[in-house]
Amino acid sequence: MTHVVTDNCRGCRYTDCVASCPVACFHVNEVRVYINPEVCIDCSACIPACPVGAIVEEFDLPDDQQHWMRINAEAAQRYPVIRARLAPLDSAEARRRQLGR
Amino acid sequence: MAIPGTESHPLRVAIVGSGPGGFYAAEALLESGLQVEIDLIERLPVPYGLVRFGVAPDHAKLKSVTAVFARIAEDPRLRFFGNVEVGHDLSVQQLGALYHAVVVATGAAGDRRLGIAGEHLPGVHAAGDFVGWYNGRPECADLEFDLDQEVAVVIGQGNVAIDVCRILASPIDALRRTDIAAHALDALARSRVREIHLVGRRGPVQAKFTPKELRELGALPGWQPRVTPDALQLNVASQTELTLPGFVHAARNLDILRGFAQSPADDGRRPLHLHFHRAPVALSGEPRVERIELEAQALSGDAGAQSATPTGERLSLPAGLVLRSVGYRGTPLPGLPFDLVRGALPHRDGRLVDTAGKVLCGWYATGWIKRGPSGVIGTNRADSVDTVATLLADVAALDAVKAGRAGLCALLAAGGQRVVDFTGWKVIERAEIERGRRDGKPAEKFVRIDDMLAAATA
Ligand SMILES: Cc1cc2nc3c(=O)[nH]c(=O)nc-3n(C[C@H](O)[C@H](O)[C@H](O)COP(=O)(O)OP(=O)(O)OC[C@H]3O[C@@H](n4cnc5c(N)ncnc54)[C@H](O)[C@@H]3O)c2cc1C
Ligand code: SF4
Ligand code: SF4
Repeated sequence: MTHVVTDNCRGCRYTDCVASCPVACFHVNEVRVYINPEVCIDCSACIPACPVGAIVEEFDLPDDQQHWMRINAEAAQRYPVIRARLAPLDSAEARRRQLGR
Repeated sequence: MAIPGTESHPLRVAIVGSGPGGFYAAEALLESGLQVEIDLIERLPVPYGLVRFGVAPDHAKLKSVTAVFARIAEDPRLRFFGNVEVGHDLSVQQLGALYHAVVVATGAAGDRRLGIAGEHLPGVHAAGDFVGWYNGRPECADLEFDLDQEVAVVIGQGNVAIDVCRILASPIDALRRTDIAAHALDALARSRVREIHLVGRRGPVQAKFTPKELRELGALPGWQPRVTPDALQLNVASQTELTLPGFVHAARNLDILRGFAQSPADDGRRPLHLHFHRAPVALSGEPRVERIELEAQALSGDAGAQSATPTGERLSLPAGLVLRSVGYRGTPLPGLPFDLVRGALPHRDGRLVDTAGKVLCGWYATGWIKRGPSGVIGTNRADSVDTVATLLADVAALDAVKAGRAGLCALLAAGGQRVVDFTGWKVIERAEIERGRRDGKPAEKFVRIDDMLAAATA
């Protein structure tokens, strides 16, 4: 089991989730974050922290979203760890409204 | 004098309590870019607070967060002072005189009472004591729980209440592979509990469970979670709450509960009844608890702010063992203000304030003693980052000549205090792992402080 960051994160990158992660298992690129499934301890602390509901427990991932498992695992190998909150992207508020949050 | 935080004039900070709040405050200070000297003071010879003594033994993956704490502790700028209790081995005043800043992270391990008739009866316990007992907490090692009883009632609607139900209902062979305390394993192996009631005053939408914990109840071999479809009927406000940000887990919890409600009434497995909208009003029995009286509750008010009021309808259940999990509260530290209502330290943005709202210069709080008992391990990380940001903003005002670590060591040595440092804890931990190996357990914890101290020097 693990937790995965889905598409809602793209373009807003609020990093509230990162500050709540007890094991620093988030990785970041220019537009979004990913969870390293090898490090995540399934504490779910990040789920309520995300303002756009981007983070889902593997168990609750719908069938048509399963590809996010692989995407998170691969991206975690490629991008650096992020330990502290960053300023949201400029596009964040617009993206949040677009997502209806 | 210069602002503390330089090579020649490091910022000297004491952190009281080595649970998640304390460790994450230390991490934030170590990453601040200032020169710091951090002393992490812990009442017990062993670190990690409720990660060791609260988190359930069958949640090993969660407990592995201690690897992160151990890495923080290995930073040479930090020193662990185990077996040192603030308010007992040294006073708040002494501590304040030694450091530029003190961060209080003592947690909230005291229990709240129901305040109903019969609560004093034998057989009625705080769930926290039961948790402490199965997790080998020294204060709880000699408690006794009558597991000859067939019916157990657990009162509460959070993850702690679920943990307690799950441990009562877990197959003993599953527990044998955990670091559960040996005395608890022996007692649970002889348990005759065959019916569990989980009781709470609010509805399924307001319950504080997380879906993960709720789902685990459905996976207990030989046990059937039962909930009546009636209990899952939602009023309009509760339906609205399903979409509110403060209720992120509610919709999934409801799905899981609906799944429970759909299974056949009695399929031969032992029942684990989930009661919603029921508040305990009295416990009775002679000489020990035999029954619990519940009163039906109706929710009213706006979405997000509903309260439960009694309807007058009563229900009585047999109850041989009653475990209440209706909240935790912190313990006051002599010399510091305390908010008796919240059971926590009064603060503004993490700075301690007195009853008149005046800031106590150099004193900060984080974790459960600051926020009250809510939030998971990671919540304390974000919280400690905030508290430390406040502290760092104050640094210029904290300037003074402070003895720091050297002063603490001198004071403790003068009092003949036996201190366990992190190397000492590592020795204890290795001994616990070694003891566990014989029985195929990840560790067999020492449950007596004397045994911990003896192991540290062995
Ligand atoms: C039964 C239970 C189960 C839980 N399960 C989970 C779970 O599965 N997942 C999850 O994420 N969270 C869980 N939690 C929540 C988690 O444990 C808390 O969020 C977290 O431990 C709070 O951290 P803290 O540092 O504020 O307090 P604590 O962890 O309580 O640490 C406080 C420390 O301060 C020390 N101390 C107290 N007084 C003094 C003093 N005077 N001098 C020196 N030291 C002192 C204590 O000994 C202790 O080590 C659980 C909590 C409980 C009660
Ligand atoms: S809080 Fe949500 S949107 Fe922001 S970075 Fe984390 S997952 Fe992405
Ligand atoms: S579930 Fe916990 S460990 Fe995993 S990414 Fe979220 S906060 Fe980090």
